[in-house]
Amino acid sequence: MTTIRYTTNRLPFPTRAIRSLSTPGGAIYLLLLALLVILAFYNPGLSEPGQLSRFIGRSAPIAIVAIGQYFVIAAGEFDLSMGAVISAQVVLAGNLIGQDPAQILPVIVLMIVVGIAVGVVNGLLTTLLRVPSFITTLGTTLILSGFTFYLTGGAPSGNPADAFRAIGRGGIQNVPVIGFVPYSVLVLIALAGAAVWLMRRPFGRMLMGVGDNQSTIALLGAAPWWIRTRAFILSSIAATIAAILMVGYAGVSPVVGQGYEFIAITAVVLGGVALGGGRGAILSAVAGAYVLETLVAILNFAGVESTWRPAVQGAIIVLALGLPLLWTKRKAFKILLRRKASTAKTPNPTAPQSITEKP
Amino acid sequence: MSTISKDLKNSLLSSTGTVYLVLILVVIAGACITAANGRNFFAPGNISDLLTSTTVLGLVVIGQTLVILLGSLDLSVPFVLSLSSVLSAGVMAGQSTNFAAGIATALLAAAAVGLVNGVLVGLVKINGFIATLGTGLIISGYLFTNYRGTTGKASPELTAIGTATLGVIPVTTIGMAVCLVIVALFLSKTRTGLHLYAVGGDANVATMSGIRSAVPALVAHTISGLLAGVAGLVIVSRLGVGSPEVGTQGGYDLLSIAAVVVGGAILAGGKGSIWGSLGGILIFASIDSVMGIMQVNPYLKEVVRGLIIIVAVAVYARRNQIKIPARFAAIQKAAPTRPTNGATR
Repeated sequence: MTTIRYTTNRLPFPTRAIRSLSTPGGAIYLLLLALLVILAFYNPGLSEPGQLSRFIGRSAPIAIVAIGQYFVIAAGEFDLSMGAVISAQVVLAGNLIGQDPAQILPVIVLMIVVGIAVGVVNGLLTTLLRVPSFITTLGTTLILSGFTFYLTGGAPSGNPADAFRAIGRGGIQNVPVIGFVPYSVLVLIALAGAAVWLMRRPFGRMLMGVGDNQSTIALLGAAPWWIRTRAFILSSIAATIAAILMVGYAGVSPVVGQGYEFIAITAVVLGGVALGGGRGAILSAVAGAYVLETLVAILNFAGVESTWRPAVQGAIIVLALGLPLLWTKRKAFKILLRRKASTAKTPNPTAPQSITEKP
Repeated sequence: MSTISKDLKNSLLSSTGTVYLVLILVVIAGACITAANGRNFFAPGNISDLLTSTTVLGLVVIGQTLVILLGSLDLSVPFVLSLSSVLSAGVMAGQSTNFAAGIATALLAAAAVGLVNGVLVGLVKINGFIATLGTGLIISGYLFTNYRGTTGKASPELTAIGTATLGVIPVTTIGMAVCLVIVALFLSKTRTGLHLYAVGGDANVATMSGIRSAVPALVAHTISGLLAGVAGLVIVSRLGVGSPEVGTQGGYDLLSIAAVVVGGAILAGGKGSIWGSLGGILIFASIDSVMGIMQVNPYLKEVVRGLIIIVAVAVYARRNQIKIPARFAAIQKAAPTRPTNGATR
């Protein structure tokens, strides 16, 4: 008997989309929708033109960081250095651009180059020297943030030109229907589109494969080390772009990126992406980031003290991951009970014989 | 006692030997550098400082070692540490009569958090990274909502323990050493300890061999929580007050993981030893001490730490490929004709 697992005639997209809602990667959209409805209940202004796009724009850096982290986690690694990269890049921009708008473009190019360099270092240390990525990126975090603090003395410094801050702050006014569209939303849409495209390219397929089973990919003739290294490079570039947007909101400070790596990992895992790699959809990771942000906004409007936010975040990740697992366990438990009940009813003395009779 | 020495001998021959080799090199280099600056690395004051700074991280690292051997992580330690510090200092409120109550409250709370982690990892089977991140965040919410700044006051007994020394060795360090020996015995002599290695090596194989994989997870996480609680008490004994930020400021979560890995353990679990972790802590402490003597900028210290973590683990990782453990090598010697994969190539 042969089983054909993959056929060319797939089910139509709507059927697949509805079926996927029962998976963690699909259910996150339902959760996001529910949270947005609750948010709109607390803040009726959200449905006004411009408000929703402003909200999306404000949270864009976190979503972008989650996109970057997705590549690394899909490949079965961690990137703990994203927060430190964000801080370092923000400080870099703040001090190099100054009040001279002519400096903006060269400095952005420099920031991207620095981002790529960090990604290459993370990737090569992890793949060629075989240091676990948890340790590699922890090391680069210490090194980067150490230098950032050393150069700034730990205090906020530098104030880049308004034209640069406008990338994160500004937007297009008077768009029909939507009203105001922040540039950050456009950046996010472009990046998410590019990421989806990339994951459908051979590179994306190979990336998933490396996360799932590296030996198979190596036997296919691909180079897992280079695939993984590119994932780290993409992650650092994403952190750099998030940093460019965050200069507009948060200003220049060496602590601006602190904790972003864990927020990104949380968002990606909430989106149903498996830690250890090989499973998960990129847009679900983006939805995971927005679930976290919507939650924060709801707590804000509900008048919950801001210090409780991490607790709610912690509770939601434990519940979001624990409940499905408990649900599957429940089934296993039922089967176990049934088996116990049946063996208790009919003590089966012939059972050992039937085993020996098998060829 | 003979088992410990045998255990120690075995580990010195294995990967742990490399860790101590690195430690000896670090100490020699440190002594040379400090001597070049006209200071003595082995001065009693410096040794005492070094051991003091080792104690808190050491306690956390012992627990973290168990959790990492299991193939899990404990990211909640800094928050448990802070929780224990504010609870003990809050209950004691500077009164001798509350000494026992304060310690009991702090340790019970810490062990309870560890147990919750253990349930989430061992029974619900959530990834340890996420589960402990979640519980850590929940505790941090409680801490920062209910405590602003330092709180409470240590009882005189606790402060006395914190400042007492036996020669140049602080009493708290001796306490840490006792914990270390107990955990080492637990790992090598008890059934659960050995099961912990088995589950960390391959949880499926362990389950199929009839090991209940939840038990080691529950025990390892509970001990990790408990020891983080003890570390919180040590901090209160030194500072005299509790603080909700003391754990996060120390960065004990990532530093303890780094120390365990620098000590030769594998993050995926199943391989490593408590003595290796001790070496890892001592390497960190020696380097910190040298940088302290040299008055290196505190931010640049971080840079050096980062470099050392990467370099140390890169050195081990080269060697950490699957090697035949000593006990199986003996079997192979006895039957050399058996064809191996290498022979067929």
